[in-house]
Amino acid sequence: MQFDPFVIPFNIGLYFILIYAVVRSIIWFRDLSRPDKLRLQRGFFGKAFGQSLKEIFLESLIHRKILRTNPRLGYMHMSLAFGWFLLILFGTIEADIFGEKHLNPPYKAIFFKFFNPEHGITGFEAAYAFLMDLILLFILSGLFLAVIKRFTPKVVGMKKSTKLKSLDKLALTSLWLIFPARLIAESLTSGEYSTGSFLTGSIGSWLATFLPAGELAYPFWWLYSLSLGTFFILLPVTRYLHIPAELFLIFMRNSGIRTGDKAGSYSEIQAHSCSSCGICIDQCQMNFSAGINNIQPAYLIKAIRGNEDTSEIAMNCLMCGRCDQKCPVGIEISAVRMIQRREVYSGPEFRNTWKGYFRLRNGDHTPKPNGHHVYDYLPEVAAAEKTDILYFAGCMTHLTPAVSRSMVKILDASGLKWSFLDKDGGACCGRPLMLAGNDREARELINHTSELIWKSGAHTLVTSCPICYKVFRESYYLDIEVLHHTQFIKNLIDEDLVRMNFLHKRVAYHTPCELGRGTQVYNEPKDVIRHVAILEETGYEDENSLCCGGSLGNIKISYRDRQKIAVDAAARLTSRNPEILITSCPLCKKTLSAATPTKVADISEIVAEAVIIPKTEKTSLKHSLPVAEAVNIF
Amino acid sequence: MEKFGFKLSKPRVIDFDRNDKSVAEFIHANEPSFRLCIECGGCSATCTAGNFIPFSLRELHILLKRGETEKVKDNIEKCMLCGKCSLVCPRGVNTRNIIELAKRAFKIPELHAV
Ligand code: SF4
Ligand code: SF4
Ligand code: SF4
Ligand code: SF4
Ligand code: SF4
Repeated sequence: MQFDPFVIPFNIGLYFILIYAVVRSIIWFRDLSRPDKLRLQRGFFGKAFGQSLKEIFLESLIHRKILRTNPRLGYMHMSLAFGWFLLILFGTIEADIFGEKHLNPPYKAIFFKFFNPEHGITGFEAAYAFLMDLILLFILSGLFLAVIKRFTPKVVGMKKSTKLKSLDKLALTSLWLIFPARLIAESLTSGEYSTGSFLTGSIGSWLATFLPAGELAYPFWWLYSLSLGTFFILLPVTRYLHIPAELFLIFMRNSGIRTGDKAGSYSEIQAHSCSSCGICIDQCQMNFSAGINNIQPAYLIKAIRGNEDTSEIAMNCLMCGRCDQKCPVGIEISAVRMIQRREVYSGPEFRNTWKGYFRLRNGDHTPKPNGHHVYDYLPEVAAAEKTDILYFAGCMTHLTPAVSRSMVKILDASGLKWSFLDKDGGACCGRPLMLAGNDREARELINHTSELIWKSGAHTLVTSCPICYKVFRESYYLDIEVLHHTQFIKNLIDEDLVRMNFLHKRVAYHTPCELGRGTQVYNEPKDVIRHVAILEETGYEDENSLCCGGSLGNIKISYRDRQKIAVDAAARLTSRNPEILITSCPLCKKTLSAATPTKVADISEIVAEAVIIPKTEKTSLKHSLPVAEAVNIF
Repeated sequence: MEKFGFKLSKPRVIDFDRNDKSVAEFIHANEPSFRLCIECGGCSATCTAGNFIPFSLRELHILLKRGETEKVKDNIEKCMLCGKCSLVCPRGVNTRNIIELAKRAFKIPELHAV
C-alpha cells in the first residue's frame, strides 16, 4: 500500500506550514534594519550558529529553564516538544529502514503503522517498535499533565493559567487529539494484526477482544491526520506559533540582535515566541499582592499578537523587571513593553491583514522634531563655578529631605570639593517621561540638565535617586563618572575619606528595582551597610528583590492598589523583624515607610548618623583624614 | 462723536452649559480618582515645573472640570511627569494619569468626541 486518501489533510497542513514558514521568514528578514541583517548573516556563518543549535536543543526541546523554575511544568513542555521531535526523528528512520523504499514522503513516516501493519513482530523490528511505543508514552504522559493543567492549574504549579482565544481552543483541541488518536489508531491496527509493542500491542489486543478492530482503525487514522492538518493550518494564528518562532528568536539573539526602541521583526518574533507559560504572571507583584491579573507580559503579548489596543495594559505595569528575569524564553519584556508605550500617541504599529496570517507595518511613527519645545521656559544655563563633585538630589529626594541632608553631611565630612546641582529644585531627570513613552519631551529635559552638568566642570556626578541614576547612565551623553550615592559612599570608605562608628543595629536591605535589576548595582549598598550595622537577609535578595509599589513606571495603578503592593512588600521584607529596613531609593523610602511600622531609612541616613565629623577641613582627595574621635569600624 | 471714556467690557460669566466638558468626562471615565480632588493645592506647592513658571495642577484641575479647556491645552504639556504631586496628594489622586489622559485627549480628539 502506498497511498490512502486519509493522508490528504495531513499533507495539506504540512505543505502549507512549510511554505508559510519560508514566506514569513523572508518578510521578517526584509523588515530587519541593515545592521541587523548583517549581524544575522554573520551569525549564520559563525560561532553563533553552533551556540544557537545547542540552545535550541536545550531550550526549545528540553526546556531546561522551565524545568529549573518548575519541574512539573517543564516536564510537560519537554515531553510534548522533545517527545514529538523524537517521534518524528525515529519515525523517519523507521520508515527509511523498514519501509518499502528509502527517502519516503513525510506521511509514510507519520502513518508508518498503517502502511506497514505487519511490522514489528520479531527481533530488531520489535525492539524498534518498543522504542516508538516508549516515546509515545512519554508524550502522552506530558499531554495528561497538560489536560490537567488546563482544568486545575494548581497541579502543575502555576497559580494562574492563561486565558484562551477561540482559535486557540480549536488548535488546542486538535493538538490534544493528535496523540490519543495516534495511540488508538495504532493500537487498533496492531490489534487486528497482533503486532505492536507493550503499549499499542497490549491495548490493541485488549480492544480487539470486544471490538471490530479492523473496521474501527480506519476512522481513527482519519482523525489522526485531520487533527495534524488542522493544527498545522491554525498554527500561525494561535499561540502555538511560539514553537517555530522561538527557533528564529534564538538565532537572532545569538547573532547579537536586540529589541531596540521601535517595533520591528525582532520585537514581533519575541511576541510570537511567548509560550504563555505563565511564569511571568507568578512573578508579578501586581498579581500576587494587588490581584491585578490582566496586564502581565503573557497578556500584553497576547494583546499585541491579537492587534488589540494595548495602551491600558502597556501603561499599567511597575516596570520592576521581575518578570524579565524569569522569562524562560528570554523575551526582553520591558523593552517590548516600552515599544508599546511609545505607540500610545500614534496608534498601533500593525494593520491586520489576512486575518493575522500576515501583518503589514503601518510605517514609521517616531515623532519628528517639529521645532515645538514644551520646556522652553527652563532658564538659560549660566556659567557655573567649577567643582569636582556634583551632587544631584532629584525630585524624589526633595520629597524626602532627610536623604539630601544626610548626603550634605557626608559630602561635607569627606572634605571634597562639591556642589549641589539642584539645591533649590532643578528640572526632572527625564526618566518618568521616558517611562511614559514621551521620549522627545524627555530629550529636552536631558539636554537642559546635561548642559548644567557640563558647565560645572565636575568629574563625578553623584545622585541619590536610582531612577535618575539609570537615566544618567543610559540616556545622557556624559563623559564623567556617574555614581549612585551608595557607590560614592563605598568609594569614600575604600579611600578612607570618611570614618564611621559602628551602630549596633540589626538591619535588612531592600534592593530598589531601578538600582538592582535596572542597573545591576547589588553589592555596593550591602558593603556600605556592613560597615555600620549588622546586615540580615530578607529572603528577597538581589535579582529576586521586590518592588516597593511606588514605581514611577506605572501611571495607571490606583493609590489603593499601590498601597496593597507596598504593604505586602513591606511585610515580606520585615518578616524577620529587623530594627531598621534600609533602602537606597528615596521613593522606596517614602512608599515603604507609609506601609510598615518598622523604621525605614535610606543608606545615606544611617551613614550620616554613624559618620565621624573631622575637626579640620580637608582640601584634596588623597590627604589622609585626621582622626578626631575613636574609630569603631568593626 | 464725543467720547465719554465708557466702553463695553466682555461678559465674564462662565457659562457651564456652553463649555466643553468632554475632556473632563473622558478623563473621569478612565481615571475615577479625578473626582476625589479637593483642590487643596498640595500638588501645585510641590510641583517641579511650578518651580520655574506659574504652573498649577490645581488650577488646571478646576479649569478642566469647568470645561475651560483652552488654557489647559496650552499649559498641560509643561508638566515633567516627575510624580511629586501624586506623592503629596492627600486624596490619593492619580495626578500623572490625569495629565497623560488630558495630553492624549488633546492630541487625539476622536477619543472624547461626543
Ligand atoms: S512572557 Fe515569558 S514568562 Fe511570560 S508567559 Fe511568555 S514565555 Fe512565559
Ligand atoms: S515589570 Fe513588574 S509589574 Fe510589570 S508585569 Fe513585570 S513583574 Fe509585573
Ligand atoms: S521606588 Fe519602588 S518601584 Fe521604584 S525602584 Fe524603588 S522599589 Fe522599585
Ligand atoms: S494635591 Fe491632590 S487633592 Fe490637592 S489639589 Fe492636587 S490633586 Fe487635588
Ligand atoms: S508630575 Fe507634573 S504636575 Fe506633578 S509635580 Fe511633577 S511637574 Fe508638577
